[in-house]
Amino acid sequence: MTVFIIRRVMQSILVLFVMSLLVFVGVYAIGNPVEIFVAADADQAERARVIAALGLDKPLWEQYLLFIRNAVMGDLGKSFVFNQPALGLILQRMPATLELAFTAMVIALALGIPLGMYAGFRPQSRIAKAIMAGSILGFSLPTFWVGLMLIMVFAVELGWLPSTGRGATAEVFGIETSLATWDGLSHVLLPALNLALFKLSLVIRLTRAGMRENMLMDYVKFARAKGLTMRRVVFVHVLKNIMIPIVTVVGLELGSVIAFAVVTETVFAWPGMGKLIIDSINNLDRPVIVAYMLITVTMFIVINLVVDVLYSVLDPRVRLADMKG
Amino acid sequence: MAKGWLKAALGIFFAGAVCLSAAAQDLTVGLGANVTSIDPHFHNLSPNSSVAAHIFDRLIHQDEKQRLVPGLATEWKAIDATTWEFKLRQGVKFHDGSEFTAEDVVATLKRVPWVPNSPSSFSIYTRAITETIVVDPHTIRFKTKEPYPLLPVDLSTINIVSRKHEQSPTGDFNGGKAAIGTGPFRFVEYVPGDRIVLTRNNDYWGDKPHWQKVTLKLITNGAARVNALLAGDVQIIDQVPTVDIAKLKTNADINLSRIVSNRLIYLHVDSFRDQSPFVTDKAGAVLPNNPLKDRRVRLAISKAINRQAIVERIMDGEAIPAGGLLPEGFFGASPKLKAEPFDPEGAKKLLTEAGYPNGFGLTLHGPNDRYPNDEKIIQAIGPMLSRVGIDTKVVSLPWATFASQSSAPTYAFSLMLVGWGSGTGEVSSPLRSLIATVGPGRGASNRGRYSNPKVDSLLQEALNTVDDEKREKLLQEASEVAMADQAIIPLHYQVNVWATRKGLSYTPRADEYTLAHFVRPAS
Repeated sequence: MTVFIIRRVMQSILVLFVMSLLVFVGVYAIGNPVEIFVAADADQAERARVIAALGLDKPLWEQYLLFIRNAVMGDLGKSFVFNQPALGLILQRMPATLELAFTAMVIALALGIPLGMYAGFRPQSRIAKAIMAGSILGFSLPTFWVGLMLIMVFAVELGWLPSTGRGATAEVFGIETSLATWDGLSHVLLPALNLALFKLSLVIRLTRAGMRENMLMDYVKFARAKGLTMRRVVFVHVLKNIMIPIVTVVGLELGSVIAFAVVTETVFAWPGMGKLIIDSINNLDRPVIVAYMLITVTMFIVINLVVDVLYSVLDPRVRLADMKG
Repeated sequence: MAKGWLKAALGIFFAGAVCLSAAAQDLTVGLGANVTSIDPHFHNLSPNSSVAAHIFDRLIHQDEKQRLVPGLATEWKAIDATTWEFKLRQGVKFHDGSEFTAEDVVATLKRVPWVPNSPSSFSIYTRAITETIVVDPHTIRFKTKEPYPLLPVDLSTINIVSRKHEQSPTGDFNGGKAAIGTGPFRFVEYVPGDRIVLTRNNDYWGDKPHWQKVTLKLITNGAARVNALLAGDVQIIDQVPTVDIAKLKTNADINLSRIVSNRLIYLHVDSFRDQSPFVTDKAGAVLPNNPLKDRRVRLAISKAINRQAIVERIMDGEAIPAGGLLPEGFFGASPKLKAEPFDPEGAKKLLTEAGYPNGFGLTLHGPNDRYPNDEKIIQAIGPMLSRVGIDTKVVSLPWATFASQSSAPTYAFSLMLVGWGSGTGEVSSPLRSLIATVGPGRGASNRGRYSNPKVDSLLQEALNTVDDEKREKLLQEASEVAMADQAIIPLHYQVNVWATRKGLSYTPRADEYTLAHFVRPAS
């Protein structure tokens, strides 16, 4: 296990290094960011001053080496347009995105697993067919449109829930979260639902497929023959077996929900990281883009590691030491 | 028992009424543009200045049509060719209770060029000042090297901060410690990317705002902003998307207010290079002689464009066909400049005269996320030009790519759609940046590298003429010469639109500022 983790960490450092180089060169290739955030009526002298002040007058390799040197010491640079440390800027927005992502994941799992199990258990029933039809909608409707529709129905027409933004926050165990207040919960519900829809459909389909496959297995028949109740067979033995693919997919999806909740955050004006990265790309705010990518990659690495460890817990046949990282 | 119920019910009723009256003093605004800082000198960016105008005052304010009106200065005049004297308002207090004097102006002028890491400094507006002389606590003089008539309008962009915060870094403003101004609202809270919260300054020297508490919410997505207004979560929004205007007009709960803006949408033409990279023959090979250098070809392009159709079909009527650099009524705008009428036959004739009876090939570039409907506009212009024989390809790019590729030193394009908002509200602004020959302090945004010595000398003369009447004449003449030569091809002036909930009104502003103190209950 230890060897496995050490090997993973070494690989991760290499990935991070390559990633930073790619983003750095990529953003540089787009062009001179000063044109974007300098005031239109600034003259050439002012433009030259900005370029020098932000260190953009140095050759690319020098800028990159400077970045690496600071990054090793934990400083990912200052945002061009906010004049705040890029890392701090992202971490400041992270709680909002995390609470949105976790709420969405909880909705997706809490609804998706039971619905998928039912659909797999009684595949011919009308309810099962309705669930599957619904999941197709969840897959195929664009998030953007669904978000706007949710706002139109629940905020504009019915007026039950607020249309945009994050609600009041309160401190729980030292973390500022809007999940601790009614106002906050009412704000998070619509965007979380919007974000959850796709994942929900995914979980339903995965669960159903696993359910149908496992119900035909010998161990189920054997368990029934042994006299176990159907309830125990399904909720203990089958459930455990179908969890492995779900954990894999949910793990990866959690990463993508956190990193790329951009559309939902935009539609609901949710002050999270997704909105920040879009604004930063539009501004060619390189320090923020690079820092964001590094954080995202780190997050995926950690989640993959956790998923691998979870495997070995769920399925004793898997041994981490045998895995090639 | 019954009495107890009645009491409780009444109690709830009155508590509710109190709540309602408190809520009536609260205003939530949906802003379409991102704000990057509370520091009024950090980033010369219109959305930042708009927010700063709530907390800070300037020596001179701009009214809704960008005319200069007294702010912290009550009067100003040039006492000789290179000296301006400003009389400062007496009895004005900063939010921390200290009195406003000439020393605060001095500190502000020192701070403007000092702000570290500024991505776009306000020092372009203070650079002309070579010396500041405090005559008495409420009189101040500014010396310039040369006669500089733009000083009052330049100073109308500079927010005055307290002398205590001359050396305060940007972070202290964002955190509120240094966000001490003399303006109509006090700073309460800034959550980057989310909101700015303000409360009324009850000691304000001017008209007191109606609102006790103001929340400026940043909602950059147009559809989300409109939805927030419809749901009643915000009471006013700016930058109403043109597609939603028709729907909002018929909604009895919504009021719209609009004004023609200082923003011109135009085509910049490469009239500099002998061979322009995107001017080709019909087979796609770059032409040896750039036809865009010929005034007749530029005029033909202008005549081939149906501005009225663009305004009606694409802008949903929220624009005005343009023939000059700024709409009539702005300082230096010439009333003689009218939009070029749509005339495809005339365009063909001009092309024949210029030696291109069969036209040529051209690529039109433009941004797709910068101006309202920018991509649709170039998609409409492409076929219009093709119809008169100029086979036009249309390429749209994100602003991040477009802005850096189209400007110095790359100048990658031949014909491109761009917009220009005149922050100073004067024709000298577009003349100086877009049309003057590229050189020190001139033509910084001249993406076509147009050059005309006559325009340059008229502009230079205007910029050295302190007498307003003479200067306006010179500016009008300079823009007439430039437009007759088709220096740029104007398309339309944008209209700024705000939408409020019923019962509120907003005084629309040409400079795109959204100011809570101008939101009032409709009378």
